[in-house]
Amino acid sequence: MAFITANWNPLGEAFYRKTELYEMCWNLRDGLRDSLVAAAPYGGPIALLREPLRRSPSSRPQLEIYSASGVGIASFPLVVDSSCRRSKQEVVQTQVLEAKVFHSPYGTGVAIVTGSSRFTLATNIDDLKLRRLPEVPGLQGKPSCWVVLTQDRQTKVLLSNGLDLYIVDNTSCTAVVPPGLSPQAGSVVHMSVSFSYKYLALFTDSGHLWTGTSNLFTCLSVCLPVCLCIYQPLYLSLCLTRCRRPKSQQPSVVLMWDRLLLVAGVCNDTIQFPLEDPCVLIGELDGVRIISSTNQELLQEVPLVCQDIFKIASMAPGALLLEAHREYEKLSQKADEYLREIKEQSMLGEAVKQCVEAAGHEYDTNTQKSLMRAASFGKCFLTDFSPDQFVSTCRELRVLNSVRESSVGLPLTHAQFKQMTVQVLIDRLVYRQFYPLAIEICRYLKIPDYQGVSRVLKHWASCKVQQKDLSDEAIARAVCVKVGDSPGVSYSDIAARAYECGRTELAIKLLDFEARSGEQVPLLLKMKRSQLALSKAVESGDTDLVYTVVSYLKNEMNRGDFFMTLRNQPVALSLYRQFCKLQEQETLKDLYNQDDDHQELANYYVTASYKEKRLESRLSLLQSAVDEYNKAKNEFAAKATEDEMRLLRFQRKLDDEKGAGLLGLSLQVGTGVVLVLKSLAEKEEWEELEKFSKSKKSPIGYLAFVEVCMKCNNKYEAKKYVSKVTPEQKVKAHLAVSDLEGAADAAIERRNEAEMGAVLSRCSASDRLVIDRLNRARAGAAKK
Amino acid sequence: MAAHLSYGRVNLNILREAARKELREFLDKCAGSKAIVWDEYLTGPFGLIAQYSLLKEHEVEKMFTLKSGRLPSADVKNIIFFVRPRLELMDIIAENVFRCHHSSRDFHILFVPRRSMLCEQRLKEQGVLGSFINIDEYILDLIPYDGDLLSMEYESAFRECYLENDQTSLYHTAKGLMTLQALYGTIPQIYGKGDCARHVANMMLRMKREFAGTQNQILPVFDTLLLLDRNVDLLTPLATQLTYEGLIDEIYGINNGYVKLPPEKFAQKKQGEASKDLPTEPKKLQLNSAEELYAEIRDKNFNAVGAALSKKAKIISAAFEERHNAKTVGEIKQFVSQLPHMQAARSSLANHTSIAELIKDITTSEAFFDNLTVEQEFMTGVDTDKVNTYIEDCIAQKDPLIKILRLVCMQSVCNNGLKQKVLDYYKREILQTYGYEHILTLNNLEKGGLLKPQTSSRNNYPTIRKTLKLWMEDANEQNPNDISYVYSGYAPLSIRLTQVLARPGWRSIEEVLKMLPGPHFEERQQLPSGLHKKRQQGENRTTLVFFLGGVTYAEIAALRFLSQMEDSGMEYIIATTKLVNGTTWIKSLMDRIPPSCF
Repeated sequence: MAFITANWNPLGEAFYRKTELYEMCWNLRDGLRDSLVAAAPYGGPIALLREPLRRSPSSRPQLEIYSASGVGIASFPLVVDSSCRRSKQEVVQTQVLEAKVFHSPYGTGVAIVTGSSRFTLATNIDDLKLRRLPEVPGLQGKPSCWVVLTQDRQTKVLLSNGLDLYIVDNTSCTAVVPPGLSPQAGSVVHMSVSFSYKYLALFTDSGHLWTGTSNLFTCLSVCLPVCLCIYQPLYLSLCLTRCRRPKSQQPSVVLMWDRLLLVAGVCNDTIQFPLEDPCVLIGELDGVRIISSTNQELLQEVPLVCQDIFKIASMAPGALLLEAHREYEKLSQKADEYLREIKEQSMLGEAVKQCVEAAGHEYDTNTQKSLMRAASFGKCFLTDFSPDQFVSTCRELRVLNSVRESSVGLPLTHAQFKQMTVQVLIDRLVYRQFYPLAIEICRYLKIPDYQGVSRVLKHWASCKVQQKDLSDEAIARAVCVKVGDSPGVSYSDIAARAYECGRTELAIKLLDFEARSGEQVPLLLKMKRSQLALSKAVESGDTDLVYTVVSYLKNEMNRGDFFMTLRNQPVALSLYRQFCKLQEQETLKDLYNQDDDHQELANYYVTASYKEKRLESRLSLLQSAVDEYNKAKNEFAAKATEDEMRLLRFQRKLDDEKGAGLLGLSLQVGTGVVLVLKSLAEKEEWEELEKFSKSKKSPIGYLAFVEVCMKCNNKYEAKKYVSKVTPEQKVKAHLAVSDLEGAADAAIERRNEAEMGAVLSRCSASDRLVIDRLNRARAGAAKK
Repeated sequence: MAAHLSYGRVNLNILREAARKELREFLDKCAGSKAIVWDEYLTGPFGLIAQYSLLKEHEVEKMFTLKSGRLPSADVKNIIFFVRPRLELMDIIAENVFRCHHSSRDFHILFVPRRSMLCEQRLKEQGVLGSFINIDEYILDLIPYDGDLLSMEYESAFRECYLENDQTSLYHTAKGLMTLQALYGTIPQIYGKGDCARHVANMMLRMKREFAGTQNQILPVFDTLLLLDRNVDLLTPLATQLTYEGLIDEIYGINNGYVKLPPEKFAQKKQGEASKDLPTEPKKLQLNSAEELYAEIRDKNFNAVGAALSKKAKIISAAFEERHNAKTVGEIKQFVSQLPHMQAARSSLANHTSIAELIKDITTSEAFFDNLTVEQEFMTGVDTDKVNTYIEDCIAQKDPLIKILRLVCMQSVCNNGLKQKVLDYYKREILQTYGYEHILTLNNLEKGGLLKPQTSSRNNYPTIRKTLKLWMEDANEQNPNDISYVYSGYAPLSIRLTQVLARPGWRSIEEVLKMLPGPHFEERQQLPSGLHKKRQQGENRTTLVFFLGGVTYAEIAALRFLSQMEDSGMEYIIATTKLVNGTTWIKSLMDRIPPSCF
């Protein structure tokens, strides 16, 4: 184990180490010398543009993307996307001189400096809102160097122009002087901001290196690291360890020259590494990745806990525990001695923690193992020690080791992993199409399906539908088998993707698997499968959705087709009828007509008749109703409606004859005549009443005439109408005028037992004769 | 104030709290002072969720009723419309917004219970859609009414389902049941009878599939859900309810837990002075189980209420007498501490004595008795195939049309349809007496199956009556031993079905179930492992009975009776689209044509 410290280099109180991550898989003939290289942080992929300077302007540059281990991922010609340019006139007219990508609280941002020396930036490239910053006085062309700073949700640009430094924000451009940097130091030629945007490093043409906080309030150090070095460094990067040091929480700066890599601490201390090959530096959260054409290394400060354990002759509890375990494996009793020593200081818990933590920081699996074994050994002697940290570190290390594999090429440190979260890691794996690995990780870390396996499957399926060499059936089957009914995977989304790729048939097949009918509808409408959309909407039970489709169809189709479509969907048809009832009465009529629904059509006319103010139009609507009722074979309704029409005409006639006298009455239909009768009777206009009875056949029969007269105690007048009533009402009419004999005759004639009973109940003892007659008739009827 | 919701087997206050939380969240979305413009229909149901105090806490300063014209002036930042998604209301809103000249006003709409594309489109056509900052929905499907009662207050559910083939209410029902399951756990067993029940169950199962993965980890509170179509039992709501609460509803109408009573009986009688002027405003009383006495007597047959009230009166006066026995300071102190409770009990007793007197005046009338006699004749199957003379007389006397319709429909239901001649006779009589325009109402009743011509020669009502024991000769009104006490002899069919389902099971009545309309079914919903209830010996099971298309207070009383029966082993929670009685139900099926004048 002694060799662990072999690559440690002291810098002040700290140590720095350079760990090899990969031997690069790529094969670059000319190395990186003439290439433009950029890489994403958190062990992200590398983009490479070869020989951009030697190329003739007409040829299209080829952009190659590699994983961090140098495995080719993609390669495509670089096409200038003009969509962003369109947003601002000025940007179009002038040339972009330089661009920088930065991280803002709103997402990934981009800042550019244009030929007219103006800065323009967008804080989120997914939502391109360009902001033009104020002019910088005296700036010609691009500044000698500049960086983007984000502080307190504000984005600013720091730039150097000649001897001056400026900060430009949304509203103003301010000249600044970094504290502690004397004017003799010369002009700033290089600047770099730390990963967290907290620290800033400036390098001047006289070789001074200024380090301080990025708000330029505090200076941490100014030094002349390499007096000999008057060339400008090729690269300047701030490296800040995540490991919190109580006393010195200070950044160091990494500078790179052609053949030299230099780490400068706050005091004039430096570490120098010679370089054989041209390299590229990628700033990370807790170190710097050094990429050369042959290999890739990570330069970082040795985490404190690792120093404690591995420093030569360390007496830290973790170091002792590691030693104890080593002796234990050798079956040496020294193990007990070491253990005792830790326990005497009651530091065993601390020792285990240190070992676990250190294991997380180590890149070498053997070192990880020995540390975890030591921790596990120490744990045995503790009674109430929470295993959580041990277990989670174990799990996370396994995940990290598997993604660090050269074939995957994600050289994440534990700190980076914690910062970027497992969700993001899974997303990255998914974008790289490492589906099985991603699913394994989700299952292994027991991530809820919703955020884990389902998300992976969704991406997989969206990718699968784009495979041109497979048939629709094969893809649909494959998707269905794998995705099944995994929670949270929307078949509609997958289908939408298929549709975007021009595979409508596949989209429809996939939609069939969608459990949520409602979700299928918008896509189906988009694909012009309106019939299917309608039936899916109906299936969902969501009537508002049905209305959505119906109103869409109404606008899209001609009326005939629209009606035919509805006809096949009774639920939709009923809903549309409801809508028409409220909004489009005429359409309602057409619908009933189309369906030959005479009954409803008749009802429709009846309803409509009540909206008419003019008698004639009302009557004509009622006539239509009669016709329809007849067609519907509803004789009763037809007859009732005819009666109503007769009554209306009758009333009208009365009005004409009687004038205002009757018009004032509330002529509620049906009871209208009764009211007329009542009013005549009350006024004792018997002649008028008789005339009225003869003017036309009464629509309500003549019993009412009898009753109305009796109400006014005019039996004489009442009797006039008894003979006119219908046979069914004869008995009632006779009884009304207290003509028992007449009633009995009528009842016997009609051989109606109930009526005979009714007459009997009215008889008193004095009506012997009638009673006998009725009883005889009843007996006779009973025999039959 | 809603403590009574949490007393029952299932704490329905959870549902209320969830609804309140959502309301608060919406109100906070509209920053600043607010005025609410109410769709008047919603104020009742909302009153059960939130009082004005809650709204006030969230800067609601004014409240108006939605009506056409200009909005009343109010110095507020936000105007929020609380409306049902109805097109006619959209036109009013559009007018309100159009005629508002304050440019600094923010308008919002809260749709209850769902947003509607049609309404939004209408607002767009009217050119005001853009004026709204927030258009949101407030998903208020099931409203807790009492400790064991939920209602959607969806008045037109029956009409929409059976007359218009519009199943919107069923969609809301299914959604409401999903919300309920989210709060109270997945209901493992679903039973149902009727087409609508089947439809709701299908939607629920579908929705569950759609939400697969968000597994509900709540221990199920309900063991069983029973979905019942109203059209399976058309008879029960037509009959006059004879429980105390049922009669209050039949006579005065209970709306959203409140009843308005004629004021005369409730005049404050101050000692020594004769009350000079009688109050003219109707007396408004809240009726729910929070009132101890009411909880005790609401479900009794009205004939048993008198005895219960006088017993209570004795207890209360005895309690007041206690003060004479109170000798020590401690005893007096204790007496005084109980005083508020006793006074509340006394005023509650006074109120219910007055109500009982009011009702008694009616139930002892000859008209009421005659009506009831005919109803009972129909229910027992006497002369249901002939024209009934009592109905004839009532028509002749021009009694209220709804009364006539209730009786005629009842006869039709008890006879499995009327002979064409009888039916035509009634219809003609009705049209001639009450006016031709009711032809549409009659048509509706026929469509809804309440009134129909006899098609098959066989009348199966007697079989159903006998098998399910719908008529009990010796119904004990004072100390009931069977649910038939709620209609003094008639046991509601819907509740018999519920009772049989619990024991011995529907398999025993397959034949009868086939005679009733619509399919009957059973579904199981998988529970996540670990959520299976370990039932203790003697622990009751809980069933949620959902009446699609309305339920009456008498039916609720019958279910409460079953819950309380010692050996039933079942507790019932009741849910419905709307609390109905024969009158309100028939009313919802009538076509009211605006009277024309020419």
